[in-house]
Amino acid sequence: MVSFNILITVAVIYTMLLFGVAFYADQRAQRGPSRWLRSPWTYTLSLSVYCTAWTFYGAVGNAARSGLEYLTIYLGPTLVFLAWWWLLRKLVRIGKAERITSIADMISSRYGKSPTIAVIVTVLAIAGTTPYIALQLQSVTLSVAVFTEFPTGGGGGSDLNATAFWLSAGLALFTIFFGTRNLDANERHHGVVTAIALEAIVKLVALLAVGIFVVWGVSGGVSETLRAIDASPVADWQPSPSRWTSMIFLSAAAVICLPRMFQVLVVENADERHLRTAVWAFPTYILAMSLFVLPIAVVGLAVMPEGSNPDLFVLTLPLELGQEGLALLAFLGGFSSATSMVIVASIALATMVSNHIVVPIWLNTRPAGASMSGDMRQVVLLSRRLSIIAVLGLGYVYYRTTGGSAALSAIGLVSFAGVAQVVPALIGGLFWRGATRKGAIAGLLVGFGLWIYTLFMPAIGAFPSSMLLHGLFGADMLRPQALMGFTDMDPLVHSILWSISLNTLAFIIVSLVSFPTPMERLQGAAFVNVFERGDGAVSPIGGQAEAEDLLVMSQRLLGAREAQTLFQREATRQGKAGYLPDPTPDFITLLERELAGSVGGATAHAMIAQINGQTSITVRDLLAVADESAQMLEYSSQLEAQSRELEQTARKLREANTKLTALSVQKDAFLSQVSHELRTPMTSIRSFSEFLMEGGMDEKAQARSAGIIHEESIRLTRLLDDLLDLSVLENGQVVLNVQTARLSDLLDRAVSSAGVGSPKPDGLEVIRSAEDEGVLLKTDTDRLTQVFINLISNAQKYCVTDTPRLRIVVTRSQDSVDIDFIDNGLGISPKDATVVFEKFVRLTDQASAGSAGLGLAISREIMLRLGGSLDYVPGQGGAAFRVQLPLVWVERLG
Amino acid sequence: MSKTVLLVEDEPNIIEAISFLLERDGWTVRIHSQGDDAVDAVLRVAPDVLVLDVMLPGRSGFDILRDLRSNTVTKDLPILMLTARGQTKDRELAESYGVSHFMTKPFSNDEMLGKVRDLYTASADKP
Repeated sequence: MVSFNILITVAVIYTMLLFGVAFYADQRAQRGPSRWLRSPWTYTLSLSVYCTAWTFYGAVGNAARSGLEYLTIYLGPTLVFLAWWWLLRKLVRIGKAERITSIADMISSRYGKSPTIAVIVTVLAIAGTTPYIALQLQSVTLSVAVFTEFPTGGGGGSDLNATAFWLSAGLALFTIFFGTRNLDANERHHGVVTAIALEAIVKLVALLAVGIFVVWGVSGGVSETLRAIDASPVADWQPSPSRWTSMIFLSAAAVICLPRMFQVLVVENADERHLRTAVWAFPTYILAMSLFVLPIAVVGLAVMPEGSNPDLFVLTLPLELGQEGLALLAFLGGFSSATSMVIVASIALATMVSNHIVVPIWLNTRPAGASMSGDMRQVVLLSRRLSIIAVLGLGYVYYRTTGGSAALSAIGLVSFAGVAQVVPALIGGLFWRGATRKGAIAGLLVGFGLWIYTLFMPAIGAFPSSMLLHGLFGADMLRPQALMGFTDMDPLVHSILWSISLNTLAFIIVSLVSFPTPMERLQGAAFVNVFERGDGAVSPIGGQAEAEDLLVMSQRLLGAREAQTLFQREATRQGKAGYLPDPTPDFITLLERELAGSVGGATAHAMIAQINGQTSITVRDLLAVADESAQMLEYSSQLEAQSRELEQTARKLREANTKLTALSVQKDAFLSQVSHELRTPMTSIRSFSEFLMEGGMDEKAQARSAGIIHEESIRLTRLLDDLLDLSVLENGQVVLNVQTARLSDLLDRAVSSAGVGSPKPDGLEVIRSAEDEGVLLKTDTDRLTQVFINLISNAQKYCVTDTPRLRIVVTRSQDSVDIDFIDNGLGISPKDATVVFEKFVRLTDQASAGSAGLGLAISREIMLRLGGSLDYVPGQGGAAFRVQLPLVWVERLG
Repeated sequence: MSKTVLLVEDEPNIIEAISFLLERDGWTVRIHSQGDDAVDAVLRVAPDVLVLDVMLPGRSGFDILRDLRSNTVTKDLPILMLTARGQTKDRELAESYGVSHFMTKPFSNDEMLGKVRDLYTASADKP
C-alpha cells in the first residue's frame, strides 16, 4: 500500500526534478543555442500538452462509456497535422513575422491590432480554460485520493482540498519562476518547454506501461485482448455521425486555438522547420497515447468491481492487481499531464491578460505625458506574475466550488467548444482579405454568446431545470439546449451547430458590409500573403545614422532649442562634448519617442529609418504614416471647414454691407425724391403768394394765383398722406379692418370715387361683368377699395386714347380670385413694367399727373398685407394689372 | 431788341409763375418743357439768359448743361439752374460743369428776378 506520504514525496521529488530540468534548460539557453533545446523533438513533445489529465485518465473512461468515441479527440489533431500542415506553417510564419505573443494577439493583429478583439478573445480564453484548469486540479486530487483511500474509494476531504491548494500554489510558483524570468522578446520559455517535453515522455511511458501490462500481463496477449474487446459491451457501441463530426471538428479546432496549444505550437516554436518533424511525430505520439485506451477500458470493466469509476482505471487497475510501482508511474503520468497543461495554459492566459487587459489599463490610468522609462519591463513582469496567480487562483476557486461534481468531467469538450469560436475569425483572417475587424467582433460575440447560453451555462449547472425544459422567460424557442425547437439533439452537437454557424455567418456578413481601415487592410494582406514576404525580419533601427542629420531633422520637428538640449544631454551622458552624440540604439529609440510626440510614432519611425540609411521603408511604415496623415487630413479638413464657415460669414457680412449701402443709397434717393416732390409745389405756392402780397394784380390774375396755390397745397397734402400711408404699410404696422363685402359693391364704390375724384372727367368707360362679381370677400375692404381706386384712376390718367375703356375681369381659380384691370391704352413696355411699382416712378412726362408716383407702390404693399398680390400682366392689349386674393379670404355667395 | 429768357421747365405752375415774373419785367420768355431736345431749343432761340431745371422729362439738366458748355456757341451763355432736390452734391456737380448760378426751389421772386438781371448784365459787360 502506497501511503499518502510516499505519494507526496514522489510527487515532490518529481516536481523538483522538473524544476531542475527547467532551470538547467534556461541556463543552457542563455549560454547560446543548444542542439537538443532547439530540436524538433523537444518541440513535438511540448505539443503533447494537448494530452491533459482529461485524456490521460478520461479517454479510458470515455471508451468504457462510449466505445470508440474517445478516438475523435485524437483524430482531430491528427487530421490537422497530416492534412493541414500548411495551415500550421502559415500560423507559425505569421507568428514569427508579427511577433505574436498569444492567440488573442494573433487575431487582434490580423484585424488592425484591435484592442477590442484582443479583450474578447482573452475573456473567451479565460472562460474556456478556467474550468479546464480546475479539471486538472481535480484529477490530481482524485488520483491522490485513490492511493490514500484505496480500496474503499470515495469522496475527498479537507486533505484533498489542501492537496489542490498546495498543487495550485506549487504550479503558480513554477510558472512564475520559469514563465516570467525575463521578458524575452520572442516570448519563448526554454525551461518550461523542456520540462513539458520531459513530462510528455513520462505520461507516454506511463500509459504505455499500463497498456503493456494489461495486454500481456492481464489479458495474455494481443489476440486474447482483441477477443476480450469483442466480447465486452463496448463493442456494441454504435457511432453517432453528428457527434463524431462535431467532436473531430472540436478537437481539430482545439489543437490550434486552445491558448496552451497556440502557445507551444506558435509562440514557443523556435524554428519553422521543426514543423516538418512535428507533422508526423505528433500524430504518432497521440496514436501511441490512444493505443491501449480500449484494452485498458475493456479489461478494467471486466476486472474491476461493479461501479468503479472508469475514469480512474489507469490508476486503479494496476493497484487492484497489486502493481504498486506501475500505479505510481501511472500517477506520475497523470500528474505530468495535469501539471504541464496548467503551466502552459497559465503562461498563455497570463500573457493575454497582462498584455491585453492589465497593461493597457495601467497605461491609461497613468498621468498623460509621463515618460516610458525602463520600469515598463518591471511593470509587465509584475503584471504577468499577478496574472498567473489570478489564473491559477481562479482555477482553484472554480475547483472548490464545483469540485467533485460530475459537472467537471464534461468540461473538456465544453472548453473545446468555447475556444472553437475563434476559428472563423482566425481561419477567415488567414485566407480571406475581405475579413474585417467588425466582422470578427460580430462573429466572436455571437459565437461566444451562444456558447455561453447553449453549452457553458447548462454544463456548469447555472440554469435552473425549468429554464432548460421551457426556455428563457418560458419561451420554448429559447430553450438553451433546443433553440428554435431543435429538440432530440445531442446538447454538444446542438451548441456547436448553432454557435459556429451563426458565428461564421455574422463574421462573413458583417465583414462584407463593413469597410476595413488602412491598418486592417495592411495586416490582412500581411497575414494572407505571409509567404510572399521575404524572410527579412523586422530589424530594429540602429544603423549608421548621421548624428548631424538627426539633429537637423529634430530641430525641424521639436524646435531648435529643445532638440539641441536633447542632443547635448545625450552627448554629455556619453562623455562627449558638443551637440552630436553617437547614434546608439538607445538614443535613437529615445529620439524616436520624442519625435513621435510631435509627428506620431509611425512617421517618426519612418523618418529616422530614412536618415539611418534604412531606405527600405516598409509598406507598413508607409501605411501607418498614411493613417496618421489621414488623421491630420481630417483635422485640417475640419480647419478648412471652419475657415469655409468664416468665409461664408464674411460673405454674408459683405452681402449685408452691400445691401445696407444699397439701402443707404435708396434712402438718399428717396429723400431726394421727397424733397423734390415737396419743393416743387412749394415753389409755385411761394411764387404766387408773393405776387398776391405785392398786390397790383387784376382780379382774374388774383383768382388764378389763388387757384394755383390751392391746387398745389392739395397736392402737398396728398403727397404727405401717401408717404405716411406707405410708411405704415412698409413697417407692417397696419391694422387690418376685416369685413365681409361683396366684390361688386367694392368695385362700385371704387369706380364712383375714382370718377368723383378725377380732376378732368374724360369719359373713361368701365366694362364689368356682374355675374362674376358676386363673390363675398372677407378682407380689409377699405384697403382693397383703395387699391381698386388707384388702379381705376391710373387708367383714367394714363390711358390716352380716343375712346378710353377699362375692363374689369373677375376669374376664380383653385385657390385665388383674380381681378384684372385692363385698359385699351398703349400699355407699359417690359422695361417699365419692372419699375412701375417702385416709389416715385412716373412713366409719363406729365409731372402734373397729380400724384407723386406712390400709388402703385402703396397698392402693392396693401395687397401684400392682405395676403395677395398686385402684378402687371403683359400682353393684354393695354395696361393690365391683376389683383390676386387668396381663397381663404374669399367667401362664395350662397 | 428785347432781352430773351429761355425757360426749360416741366411744371406748368412754375412756368406760369416765372413767365409772369419775367414778362412783367420786360423780358421775352420762351418756354421749353422737354429735356431731350433742349439743346436744340437753346441754339434755335439763342436766349440772353437760360433758366434750366434739373429734373426734366427725357434728359437731365446736368447733361444739357455739359453739352451747352462744350459747344462754342453756348459756352459763355449765362445759365441759371433750378433744382428741387437741394443737395450739395448737385450744386457741386453743376458748378464743375460750369453753371453760372445754381438756385434751389422754392425761391423768392426778387431773388429769381435779381439773378436773371445780374447774369444778363455780367454777360453784356463782357466784350
